[in-house]
Amino acid sequence: MDMKTLYLLVPMAPLVGAIIAGLFGKIIGRRGAHMVTILGVAIAFLGSLLIFQDVLAGNTYNGSVYTWLASGDVRLEIGFLIDRLTVLMMLVVTFVSLMVHIYTIGYMAEDPGYQRFFSYISLFTFSMLMLVMANNFLQLFFGWEAVGLVSYLLIGFWYTRETAIYANLKAFLVNRVGDFGFLLGIGLVLAYFGTLDYQQVFNNAMGMQGHMMTIFEGHSWSVLTVICILLFIGAMGKSAQFPLHVWLPDSMEGPTPISALIHAATMVTAGIFMVARMSPLFELSDTALSFVMVIGAITALFMGFLGVIQNDIKRVVAYSTLSQLGYMTVALGASAYSVAIFHLMTHAFFKALLFLAAGSVIMAMHHEQDIRNMGGLRKYLPITWITSLIGSLALIGMPFLSGFYSKDSIIEAVHASHLAGSGFAYFAVAAGVFVTAFYSFRMYFMVFHGKERFHNAHAQHNHTEEGDSHGHHHAPRETPWVVTMPLILLAIPSIVIGYLTMGPLVAGGWFGHAIHVNTVLHPAMEELVREFHGATAMALHGLTTLPFGLAVAGVATAYYLYLVRPDLPQAIRNRAGLIYTILEEKYGFDRFNDWFFAGGARLIGGRLWRWGDATIIDGWVVNGTARMVGWVAARTRQIQSGYLYHYAFAMIVGVALLATLFVHF
Amino acid sequence: MFESIGILSLTIWVPIVAGLLVLATGGKDGASGGVDGQRTLALLGAALGFAVSLPLWTGFNVSTAAMQFVEHANWIPLFNVHYRLGVDGISMPFVVLNSFVTLLVVLAGWAVIKTKVAQYMAAFLIQSGLINGVFASLDGVLFYVFFEAMLIPLYLIIGIWGGPNRVYAAIKFFLYTLLGSLLMLVAMIYLFFVSGGSFDILVWHKVPLAMGAQMLLFVAFFFAFAVKVPMGPVQTWVPDAHVEAPTGGSVVLAAITLKVGAYGFLRFTLPILPDASHELAWLIIGLSLIAVVYIGLVALVQSDMKKLIAYSSIAHMGFVTLGFFMFNSWGVEGGLVQMISHGFVSGALFLCIGVMYDRLHSRQISDYGGVVNSMPRFAALFMLFAMANSGLPATSGFVGEFMVILGAIQVNFWYAALAGTTLIFGAAYSLWMYKRVVFGPITRPEVAGMTDIDSREFLILSMLAVCVLVMGIYPFPVTEVMHASVNNLLEHVAHSKLVPLVAH
Repeated sequence: MDMKTLYLLVPMAPLVGAIIAGLFGKIIGRRGAHMVTILGVAIAFLGSLLIFQDVLAGNTYNGSVYTWLASGDVRLEIGFLIDRLTVLMMLVVTFVSLMVHIYTIGYMAEDPGYQRFFSYISLFTFSMLMLVMANNFLQLFFGWEAVGLVSYLLIGFWYTRETAIYANLKAFLVNRVGDFGFLLGIGLVLAYFGTLDYQQVFNNAMGMQGHMMTIFEGHSWSVLTVICILLFIGAMGKSAQFPLHVWLPDSMEGPTPISALIHAATMVTAGIFMVARMSPLFELSDTALSFVMVIGAITALFMGFLGVIQNDIKRVVAYSTLSQLGYMTVALGASAYSVAIFHLMTHAFFKALLFLAAGSVIMAMHHEQDIRNMGGLRKYLPITWITSLIGSLALIGMPFLSGFYSKDSIIEAVHASHLAGSGFAYFAVAAGVFVTAFYSFRMYFMVFHGKERFHNAHAQHNHTEEGDSHGHHHAPRETPWVVTMPLILLAIPSIVIGYLTMGPLVAGGWFGHAIHVNTVLHPAMEELVREFHGATAMALHGLTTLPFGLAVAGVATAYYLYLVRPDLPQAIRNRAGLIYTILEEKYGFDRFNDWFFAGGARLIGGRLWRWGDATIIDGWVVNGTARMVGWVAARTRQIQSGYLYHYAFAMIVGVALLATLFVHF
Repeated sequence: MFESIGILSLTIWVPIVAGLLVLATGGKDGASGGVDGQRTLALLGAALGFAVSLPLWTGFNVSTAAMQFVEHANWIPLFNVHYRLGVDGISMPFVVLNSFVTLLVVLAGWAVIKTKVAQYMAAFLIQSGLINGVFASLDGVLFYVFFEAMLIPLYLIIGIWGGPNRVYAAIKFFLYTLLGSLLMLVAMIYLFFVSGGSFDILVWHKVPLAMGAQMLLFVAFFFAFAVKVPMGPVQTWVPDAHVEAPTGGSVVLAAITLKVGAYGFLRFTLPILPDASHELAWLIIGLSLIAVVYIGLVALVQSDMKKLIAYSSIAHMGFVTLGFFMFNSWGVEGGLVQMISHGFVSGALFLCIGVMYDRLHSRQISDYGGVVNSMPRFAALFMLFAMANSGLPATSGFVGEFMVILGAIQVNFWYAALAGTTLIFGAAYSLWMYKRVVFGPITRPEVAGMTDIDSREFLILSMLAVCVLVMGIYPFPVTEVMHASVNNLLEHVAHSKLVPLVAH
């Protein structure tokens, strides 16, 4: 099979699976649906492996499949760009997707929407592959919106739940705000470069450096800065960066497998991938890079704080995802694109692992998600327990585990950056280490250690939620192998992937031409590479650095507060009422958005409708005209009185007027 | 009189003759005898009408901007009026679209319309022929006759088969559109004289005109077309007409009738009055952007589904006029693509609302909720159209908006930014409505009793779904048809027609 067919096969296989499971789900049944979709994704994964091998051999590809549209002298194509960046993303996406497909067999076993769910997640895999394999902005946007659509469908998968259909609408609309910027950015690319093809745009980017444009009267901006910031606004929506982060925590209303696949490992990292892909553009604008770094830093630190007070097991992981996405964004801002992609990859593994483990806990607890009602689960769920511990350690940056290498590299890269805002960013990512360690192990201890609190919780539950009492009162039991096997398969890369790939991926310039860094202006990466002396040395050195100390402190604090003195958190909460309320309110963003944007739009719309359409146009102009005609007619009707002398008088007046006119002119 | 009957004549007269035949079979006051026969006859007429329009697409030469399938016969020699037909890449797609939509509308009214079936079907068939006439006319008077005549069937459709307030809506619709077109008649007579006694539209394209005259003519044409599009502030007849019209009426109104106004801008305003078009572009652009933003917000707060879609129609048509007055190929072609796509999407959405209305006899959003539980197949198709309405890529709704935004940003960043807000508003009103109507638990027992779509409804909606998807995934053939004509138009518009005062 030639490579071009293979490129096409990789996204098409999941699409075919999705279509079959979606349209003929009733006919092929549950077994048929998961067989066909898993087969599709497995083909995509194997195909990605083959392509990976081919790319390692030094081959790249950039070509079009068909012309989507032509106008003027521009042709917009659908096509593939296969290089090292693409193929890495393809591997991550298809591998995590395959794990999630298998896991779903167990997690959704009792759900009536089984086939629909498999259809959606395969459709997602297709969309995400089209996104990462694109060789032009148009297809990027296609994939971008398509993953948004599937995310919308999946968050609202349980469509009778009010919270779910609120969350999916919110997610879609917030993403649309980001897409609004993104689309304008793409529009400017076409307007200034005359093409949407990546390679042509990147080749001409240098020449565009001096171009200025006026957006507000009297201020001119570098075209590249405007383009980059607009594109990044798209990334802020998709990758849930402050202040467009608000949709991600609510997206936890969706079933857990998609939280792992879409809202942790792949879709939310699309923005990170996009900026890395656009590195030849971003490198030319320090303003845009600073902007990226500061936004990322705010997200990394402040979203971490929110994780500290959450009690819903999925929401803790969700805030952790937000915070980690912030880390990746900071790395992008520091021109450490390869480090961002590196963290994207390690994070995909350990965060998917943490989510799936959380799902396993939720299953074992019969759909209980409140960590206050758990505790001591390590006895009952040994596999879930060990894999969770691995995931948590990887997340907090335990030396030798995957998260350590990527996170430490980010911190070092920011440290070496000289851009405006790098000081704040360094503080944020360093402090974030403590926060990450604290909330991760708070959750870990509350779920797996300490007193078993689920017995009394169940008793309460049966009083409040009648009719859903099946399965309660049983001790939690380890989940079936379709659930635990993905956990184990994800735990392995969570441990080793950093150690194995740190050298080549980050220090070895593995990405080659796929990522472009201006080393003169942005030397952070170079310094990072210079100080790298092998993965083992880095880990050993890591044991002596500040971030490790902060992580240990975080874990120790969590240990003390939640296992040694479980009474203390409540006391602290009582003392720190204001701070607690601010965190509880998530800094007030939801409230503000609801009030200002949602409420404001409805208010203005209502006013415009009542005043503009109903009162002024219809009331005054349209019906007013009708009334005016009626009024004039009523008046003039009186002239036609039927009396001959009235008419005769009118004629005489008329003749007199005409005579006067003739005399004068 | 005719040398031979051409394809365009067939697309006009086949539906009209079929309509008259159906009318002839109709009993007095909806006597039920032979209703099935009337329906079948109407369906055959519509199918034949669609079939005769297909050669226009398959036999179209995409490499030329000249009029094709031209027919010519003398009509009123005294005033040099001719029966002159022809289509180019701008008008041809709409003849085919209109014939296709007619077929759907006849199917949609199949079981729903129970009174005066023959008259109902006949009205749509006759209207279809008349609208084809509008798009195919190359003679001013002929155009005007079709332009006015097409109001009559729609007026009757709203006035007879409409809702409780139908008479107000029908009269409002009629007066609004009539007032606009009277000014156009004056403009045409003026053009007749300055062109040395010709009603040939292509001759008018070449007539030199002074700026003052162009401005006045622009205003006259503007009123005729702006009412139809509709553009603010003359849009308020549209929501009323839609709300009162039966489903089929709304579909034709949104899918085809609105397009006639936009088409007028391309056939008359831009080529005949290039200088005034450039001079007054700010007006059209302003009104278009108002349509997108203002109407987008108004759509958000509607509690009546039909009104909501009616307002969303106006907002989408704002893109069309915005694109036309960007004077670049992205804008104009984007506008045309948007017109076609809007025909599919808004038509489909009105059909969806019709499907629900047939079951529950309400258009209020608050009367629904949880429809997906009782109508899953319908919910899936409705979702597709709601997404297309919010401009999701890979649906036709994206293509036109995308192209117009790309065209606009080349002219002015803020045009594109304001137009781009549709990404947010479009999604907000479409999906918020979808959420309240379709998602959620069943809140009222009536909703639980709704039956899923039958095979006839499924056929209609899935035909449209295929159109929406195909045009979203592969729009190339559609734009290919337009290139030559649009490029020719743009070249034409770029040349001033002012009388060469300082020539030589």
